[in-house]
Amino acid sequence: MSKPKPTDIEKRVSAAGSTVTQSSETLLEVSDLTTYFRSSRGLVRAVDGVSFKLDRGKTLGIVGESGSGKTVLARSIMGLLPRSGLERNGSILFEGTELIDFGPKEMRPYWGAQMSMIFQDPMTSLNPVMKIGNQISESIREHLDVSKQYAKELSEQLLVSVRIPEAARRLDEYPHQLSGGMRQRVCIAVALACGPKLLFADEPTTALDVTVQAQVLDLMATAQNERFMAMILITHDLGVVAGRTDEIVVMYAGRIVERADTKTLFSNMKMPYTEALLKSIPRVDQPSHLRLSTIPGRPPDLVNPPEGCKFAPRCAYAQDRCTQEEPPLREITPGHEYRCWFPVGTPEGAGALANNRAQGTTATGLVFQEPEVATTTRGDG
Amino acid sequence: MEDLRPDAVPGGSGSAMEEIVGESINRGLLGAPAEISIAAIETGGEGESSRHKLSLGAKFAIGWMVFVILFAIFAKLGIITWGDPNESFTRCARRGPFSEEGSVSGFLAGCDSNGRNMMARLALGAWSSLYVAIGAIILGFTIGGTLGVIAGYFGGKVDTFLTGLFNIFLSIPGVVLALALVAFLQGSAEQAQDAFLSPELILIIAIGVVSIPLVGRIARASALSWTQREFVLAARSQGAKHRRVIIKEVLPNVLPAIFSISLLGIAIAIVVEGTLAILGVGIKPPTPSWGNIIATDRGNLFTSPHIVFEASMMIFFTVLSLNMLGDVIRSRFDVREGVL
Repeated sequence: MSKPKPTDIEKRVSAAGSTVTQSSETLLEVSDLTTYFRSSRGLVRAVDGVSFKLDRGKTLGIVGESGSGKTVLARSIMGLLPRSGLERNGSILFEGTELIDFGPKEMRPYWGAQMSMIFQDPMTSLNPVMKIGNQISESIREHLDVSKQYAKELSEQLLVSVRIPEAARRLDEYPHQLSGGMRQRVCIAVALACGPKLLFADEPTTALDVTVQAQVLDLMATAQNERFMAMILITHDLGVVAGRTDEIVVMYAGRIVERADTKTLFSNMKMPYTEALLKSIPRVDQPSHLRLSTIPGRPPDLVNPPEGCKFAPRCAYAQDRCTQEEPPLREITPGHEYRCWFPVGTPEGAGALANNRAQGTTATGLVFQEPEVATTTRGDG
Repeated sequence: MEDLRPDAVPGGSGSAMEEIVGESINRGLLGAPAEISIAAIETGGEGESSRHKLSLGAKFAIGWMVFVILFAIFAKLGIITWGDPNESFTRCARRGPFSEEGSVSGFLAGCDSNGRNMMARLALGAWSSLYVAIGAIILGFTIGGTLGVIAGYFGGKVDTFLTGLFNIFLSIPGVVLALALVAFLQGSAEQAQDAFLSPELILIIAIGVVSIPLVGRIARASALSWTQREFVLAARSQGAKHRRVIIKEVLPNVLPAIFSISLLGIAIAIVVEGTLAILGVGIKPPTPSWGNIIATDRGNLFTSPHIVFEASMMIFFTVLSLNMLGDVIRSRFDVREGVL
């Protein structure tokens, strides 16, 4: 039980995973994960049968609007959800270890050291009455058996690595003395402190100024490359994940509705929901006075979800079949799966669209709106 | 034209104006130039700077507490005792501070019905009262604070149980509960010939137990709201244990709230001690406390009101000061009013 030499730890902290051969070995495999909450209204199906794989060092983007179950999925995988009223089933394999039955006690060695999380709002995810240095060194000392002095030095190095100027002075400052972007950097430093193999970033830039968003995302990408760390980037903004992820999962009503590698998803999306999400991003080549397109309606009630396809009530392609039968998640081309009867860019989809255009409404009674972006974005991806 | 004048300043008269004038007087007293106070009246005052400036009331409160604490400590240590609190001068009995005998004998605060030096008794009484009240609140602060934070942090069954316990204790009137505890503890102390359970300690325990649910509920409410914050989840996601999260993340945020309620609690405890004294179970005479000075001489209220008046004033100003200090601390640390 001798204390490990600083050099060993430094290696562990600064380049976790570097000892592992840089093969595309599976780090996390989630299969058929369900997370239900018992409420007075009934069972809330926040995550409903989600499966995906994540390789070491890769980045997975999880996209969906508010209430689609992104955050619950991440917290469910990490086992951070309050246990009362929770029903969690399925399988979470992390480096081959099944985590689904682990309670907080069994999960504690994983938290921080193996997997770690960055939260949405840096204003609330740092303790207002604790010095920044202590917030970082706390988790270092929790997981690594090092001296106080050495933990402090490591904290300073971490602050330097997240590009915080005058790192030594910042250690003795409180969160309120930093700006929002700086605070999020501190949060990143805290999350990276013990060299996790998997980093969850739950809307890390949503609460930040647009000018800082790109910096923070770049910083996370750099940190990820340096450490060969896998990352799950959760966002509602397809613009954030474009070009920063290897694979994207689009979630709707607690389910995966489309999964593909980033390039395929942007160039050859199949799910009308993905198309609608992309359509709602403002585009620089459009005139600034143009109205932003929106997705009509709201996400479905997770206690009583609609019959058939959950997106049908808001979908421009919806046909009678969509309201009766839920489409399964089908893998049509390898690595690209989606959940739709009338996929975008297929003869079925075009037929459904033509049918709805002729009728003026969709099968669910929605006034038909042309999903025009599909033709304009296809080329430039 | 003259009739329209009151309408020209809608709502400007009354309290708002008094406040402004009051503020300008404060500024004047604090040594600010007179021009500024006039400008303050004209522009409606600049309230912003007052946040980090102590109000006159708060300054008085601090001054009074320093005085009372020194008054008590000096009397206890015998540095300035103002005379023997238990020596009886029958000639001076019931003489007020401004009576001939009172002034001649040098008893600044007059004498009580037994001719004892009121100044000395008030000073030593300050010691007994504060000792019991602060001791009781330290007990309530520690136990109530701990239980409250645990209840608020863990929630669920732990919370239901502890909140239920607090509610049971709160449903019994504080004085009745304290009375019962004193009777019980005195009885058992006498039976066991226990020298450890001194009368003061019995009072501290009795009043302390009464204050546990008061502090506990505030601590629980505050801990509950802080526990929901993301930084607690962030700390947990870094692998911190519950004990560490409670001590390092939640407690430092809860402390200002329970510290402020504890200052108010000291004030309440002083009053409870006085009430118990009047009911005959407070600090035992001849040892003076503010409460038993009032209790002993309440029958002489019409013939020599100064005895009860002096002790009451000590309690009044101390309670007022502690309330003000509690408010200052609460606003300083930005603890929301709602948790109280």
